[in-house]
Amino acid sequence: MATDTQLDLWEVFIQSKSGLPYIHAGSIHASDNKMAIQNARDIYTRRGEGTSIWVLPSKHIVASNPDDNDMLFDPSNDKVYRHPTFYVMPEGAKNI
Amino acid sequence: MHNEHSDTHFQSRIDNGEHIESKDYMPEGYRKHLIRQISQHAHSEVIGMQPEGNWITRAPSLRAKQILLAKIQDEGGHGLYLYSAAETLGISRVELIENLQSGKAKYSSIFNYPALNWADIGAIGWLVDGAAIVNQVSLQRTSYGPYSRAMVRICKEESFHQRQGYEIMTKMMRGTKDQQAMAQDAMNRWWWPSLMMFGPHDTDSPHSSDAVKWKIKRETNDELRQKFIDKTIPQAELIGLIIPDNNFSLDEKTGHYKISPINWDEFYRVIAGHGPCNKQRVDHHIKFHEEGAWIREAAVAYKQKHVKKELETA
Amino acid sequence: MTTKDATYTYTIRLGDDALILGHRLSELCSRGPILEEDLALTNVALDMIGRAQALLKYAADIEGKGKTDDDIAYRRAEINYYNHLLIEQPNADFAHTIARQLFVSVFEFLFYTELEKSRDETLAAIASKTIKEIKYHMQHAIDWTLRLGDGTSESHNRMQTAVNDLWMYTGELFEMDEVDAQLMRDGIAVDLIPIKAQWHNDIKTVLSKATLLMPEDTYMQTGSKKGIHTENLGHILSEMQYLQRAYPDAVW
Repeated sequence: MATDTQLDLWEVFIQSKSGLPYIHAGSIHASDNKMAIQNARDIYTRRGEGTSIWVLPSKHIVASNPDDNDMLFDPSNDKVYRHPTFYVMPEGAKNI
Repeated sequence: MHNEHSDTHFQSRIDNGEHIESKDYMPEGYRKHLIRQISQHAHSEVIGMQPEGNWITRAPSLRAKQILLAKIQDEGGHGLYLYSAAETLGISRVELIENLQSGKAKYSSIFNYPALNWADIGAIGWLVDGAAIVNQVSLQRTSYGPYSRAMVRICKEESFHQRQGYEIMTKMMRGTKDQQAMAQDAMNRWWWPSLMMFGPHDTDSPHSSDAVKWKIKRETNDELRQKFIDKTIPQAELIGLIIPDNNFSLDEKTGHYKISPINWDEFYRVIAGHGPCNKQRVDHHIKFHEEGAWIREAAVAYKQKHVKKELETA
Repeated sequence: MTTKDATYTYTIRLGDDALILGHRLSELCSRGPILEEDLALTNVALDMIGRAQALLKYAADIEGKGKTDDDIAYRRAEINYYNHLLIEQPNADFAHTIARQLFVSVFEFLFYTELEKSRDETLAAIASKTIKEIKYHMQHAIDWTLRLGDGTSESHNRMQTAVNDLWMYTGELFEMDEVDAQLMRDGIAVDLIPIKAQWHNDIKTVLSKATLLMPEDTYMQTGSKKGIHTENLGHILSEMQYLQRAYPDAVW
């Protein structure tokens, strides 16, 4: 005897135009892959917001822990040499 | 060295205008408040599908029918965005639905009023969605990330709803005597309940101060109610609708309208469950939820069989 | 009969199918088994009403008496509606809704694919636009047929019952009369004979995959081409036409 549920939670990512990144739009409930795509389409693309949809069960998302933010993200803050503006170019240099 | 898990650090993030995301530390009170507020909003959208859904099959033109269908789809969609936001706080949709059906969770009292004639569909779009917009625009800046993003999405979609309603009222006021009478009748019944949508006066509102401190709520009930009144009265007067209030007036100095006292007895009576449609709305929700159980079970069973089949052939 | 008169009737038939099915699906609003499915069904209803509007507007144009799409939709008597009997059957339960969707959308997919080749440019254009939405409706119906047929024993039984109940209305989908004959000569209408065979094949495939039995062929109910309906249509129309009938001078 199956227990009644609201099916599974899935996260939805929409690509508005080809070449652009997939952006998280929100979540939906569905049981199988086909239903997830259709529900994502019905809920998140009614106004032509997308040309491509990714869905995945929420339980498969791995998220970084905010407690680790300083370890994960602060070290990159002081590596300014990764940015082009750090470098001094001679005047008149082109295409660089 | 601050403790990232402290309420002080949390409050300073809020004060700095930062957004809180689902995995961030948050005080239990903040989480509970949000679950209550977001789910109440979600339930309102879903329950709101009932009075409006009541008129789709009787919509008097093909255009009106399509617009109403699209509007109700949006309402359902908004409910979904908000259920999604609530679920990021660690509550399941099963539990959210149980709370709605048991009466533990509330929904906006406005939907405990019946949609009696076609003009009610106009009044709901113009006044009820109009009031919701005032509230929702403000909520776009709410501190909780998933809620704020849902509100931005909702606000984009909401403005056609108000126009749909106002267009219906306008057409009817420019129509036959019968249509005008229906429109005025709808106005008479929906005006005061719409004002009550903003909740009790600031002085009487128990949850308000935390909500403001935590930037969940960005403006007070009275501030939002005044905004709504000021924009709506001129809209009513433009199309010849009479405000069902013998004593309202425009204060020339402030530019704000003053209205008669709101009948809070009615508000509390409806919230307590004695509105015209309270029982009907929840009974309807329960009935179709129960009738839908075999379908949801079938979907799960089918999925399990096919996952099993995939594993067998792997 | 003239091509013009035949095209008028042909178009009304298509428009009425969309109009009445849109009505049946609209009844399901706020009654879905899960919120997402509520939206899915309303979406199909919306597509139907849009299609009805396009077709009935074209019919009004053909008639040339200055009527609007709404006049045609709202101001006829039961005997002047030509939707198929299958379309007006009630939403007895979700299985009946899905079975009806399955039978209708597979038919419409095959039909409108052919109608795209019609010599009547307007019908061809409407068909072209319609195919896209029908593909979606059909996929939705097939997927749910599989879930219900091959789900639990309760869903299987309900789906089998629904398929059995509605079977007697499916034959009418393939009926042709002098209107079809005239328009086939004109290169406007679709020949339903090959469609019938294909439809049978497609339905058999889906039902079998869903572990459902295809019903034995039986006496097929008929009458809609003459405006003779089941008792359902009268109730549908009293609800749909109410405001237009009660306030005949009003503009909405």
